[in-house]
Amino acid sequence: MNAIAALSPYSSSAGKTNHERHTLSVLVDNEPGVLARVVGLFSGRGYNIESLTVAEVAHVERWSRITIVTTGSPAAIEQISHQLERIVPIHKVVDLTLEGRAIERELAMIKVRGKGENRVEALRLGEAFKAKVIDATLESFIFELTGAPQKIDDFVELMRPLGLVELTRTGVAAIARGPEAS
Amino acid sequence: MSKQMTGAEMVVTALKDQGVDTVFGYPGGAVLPIYDALFQQDFVQHVLVRHEQGAAHAAEGYARSTGKVGVLLVTSGPGATNAITGLTDALLDSIPLVCLTGQVPTHLIGSDAFQECDTVGITRHCTKHNYLVRSIEDLPRILHEAFYVARSGRPGPVVVDLPKDIQFALGTYSAQKNVQHKTYQPKLKGDMDKIRQSVEMMAAAKKPVFYTGGGVINAGPMASELLRELVKLTNFPVTSTLMGLGAYPASGENWLGMLGMHGTYEANHTMHDCDLMIAVGSRFDDRITGRLDAFSPGSKKIHIDIDPSSINKNVKVDLPIIGDCAHVLEDMVRLWRSEAKQVDQTALGEWWEQINEWRARNSLGFHNSKAVIKPQHAVQRLYELTKNRDTYITTEVGQHQMWAAQHYHFEEPNRWMTSGGLGTMGYGLPAAIGVQMAHPESLVIDIAGEASILMNIQEMSTAKQYRLPVKIFILNNEYMGMVRQWQELLHGGRYSNSYSEALPDFVKLAEAYGAHGIRCSDPADLDRAIQEMIDYPGAVIFDCVVAKEENCFPMIPSGKAHNEMILLDLSDDAGLEIGSIIDEKGKMLV
Repeated sequence: MNAIAALSPYSSSAGKTNHERHTLSVLVDNEPGVLARVVGLFSGRGYNIESLTVAEVAHVERWSRITIVTTGSPAAIEQISHQLERIVPIHKVVDLTLEGRAIERELAMIKVRGKGENRVEALRLGEAFKAKVIDATLESFIFELTGAPQKIDDFVELMRPLGLVELTRTGVAAIARGPEAS
Repeated sequence: MSKQMTGAEMVVTALKDQGVDTVFGYPGGAVLPIYDALFQQDFVQHVLVRHEQGAAHAAEGYARSTGKVGVLLVTSGPGATNAITGLTDALLDSIPLVCLTGQVPTHLIGSDAFQECDTVGITRHCTKHNYLVRSIEDLPRILHEAFYVARSGRPGPVVVDLPKDIQFALGTYSAQKNVQHKTYQPKLKGDMDKIRQSVEMMAAAKKPVFYTGGGVINAGPMASELLRELVKLTNFPVTSTLMGLGAYPASGENWLGMLGMHGTYEANHTMHDCDLMIAVGSRFDDRITGRLDAFSPGSKKIHIDIDPSSINKNVKVDLPIIGDCAHVLEDMVRLWRSEAKQVDQTALGEWWEQINEWRARNSLGFHNSKAVIKPQHAVQRLYELTKNRDTYITTEVGQHQMWAAQHYHFEEPNRWMTSGGLGTMGYGLPAAIGVQMAHPESLVIDIAGEASILMNIQEMSTAKQYRLPVKIFILNNEYMGMVRQWQELLHGGRYSNSYSEALPDFVKLAEAYGAHGIRCSDPADLDRAIQEMIDYPGAVIFDCVVAKEENCFPMIPSGKAHNEMILLDLSDDAGLEIGSIIDEKGKMLV
């Protein structure tokens, strides 16, 4: 979005002014091509995707929920929501960031390789972050960690000097707080 | 009542159930079963085009001039890819189309089979929606849903990709009436509180303007009627985009002419200086707004549109009303009447005085000539000689298109077919064929340029085959005129590849296609020649040889505001300085 906005002579909001991070929860028909429509919309119109997760959430109705974390000016975010609503198999678009506090969770698996002091330190930090060890060899661990994206970022930074080898993350799943469906 | 039939028969039956009487298409291996089914019935007439792009534009012309969904039928692979430009054109101009494409049998999909392409993948970005039919059970629903999606809300093109085995498969078809889509349900009625608020704003306005667009046309003839009524009730000035011409009659007293890059001085200044803008079915396109941060800086803006994503996309508005133009205008008219609203007569009187001063500038004026036909003059004469007939106008894209928009005056909606959003050269002839199929008795004229017309000239054969008396009125200046004009204004007059070298002899070309050819280069002979064209009972190619280096003015240079237009006199005086009117930043724009 930044690059596009800066180049576009028609954009009144050129530059990086007041960019916000928003989490959109999108309920879609789980039919072939629906994810491509969503992703194509973002690339075609120059919007950012920071994170995207998708899975079926209602097996009988065959509905999937796509959770997208995106950044942009408030006007761009509003535009993204409306553009998503235009896609025919999309039921509903909820901007969880506008709706109020939403809970965001992400799962990461983190492979760390090391011996001696580093190995002990990695294990100790893992416990402090409530990470689970799901695989171990004499010279490596794989941690499983669930939490808000920032918590995972923090843990990964700590693992880096201790022998971080590889990292995989699921992307953000999010849900609104309180008793109501969003 | 349900019936057993093949997929191909379902396609033809569904067309019939949807009231489709005309399909534009081109056969090929992957649609043979459907062509076989078409062969065995006579409700749906198939029009054989000469290139699939022509089928798409013809379907657009048909749709735009009737308000119905246009249908095209093409084969897999190249058939589908050739239709892409037409589909994109329909997407940008919100034209309802259903495009049926053949596909290789399901078991071959993904194997790079002969004439296979990923049609739904390729067309995802240039359709409102698309379907790949994977089972015969889904076919009847998808066919009817496709028509519903194409025509509902903001209309657009829908592709249904039909693998060949599905066309042969047997299934149960039941006639489906009023099929809807389970999630896609556009909102037609506007929010009453907002409509009430808009009426309050209108009553309080001192310098108002209606800025209307193609959405008014798409909302049906009733929307145009209601717009006229509201303009009459309020006495507000009204201007329109290229796509909206005809919604308000050009002969109406409140008409300012088209606005935008080649719009009138009065329309653009009214937009710039207004204190209330009522945008109806228009989308604040860059051809309209010019420089965004200088766009109508002092106005409150009301925006009526059926597509929520059009709201605040380019220009931030104060009062958005989501809904169908006809419904919202109806509520506005009713409220205005029932609450006996009055405009501020004094302020409006002063506003009209100001507008009439701008009008007096006569921004569409040009220096006519006795030696050479000026293109503006040619369009004016064409208008004068055809205005009392049942006439439909299509255009190609470029200078001639803008001159047609400026100098041909439209009194009714659905009479003007042009490629606005995508700007597709080659649109006009096939679109004229589509219009003529829908209105066999009417006079259908494609106002063309000599470069554009060659992009789909093969459709002359279609016109001949179906005895369609379309008139092609070429403003021949031997240049891609708009490209040349920009090269003159922006690139120091270096006319790189914009000269129409090696043109055919259009009169002989007409004869080769079994049509009538007319050439005219003498202003004194123009009326007679145009009359000859009108009177000829078949297709005509009219080669109107016009002034070569005429520029299309007025013009808002790229990157400039509405009140920074170039007018003809200025450009004559300033000569080469025009280049300096457009700054470096403006040159980057299109």
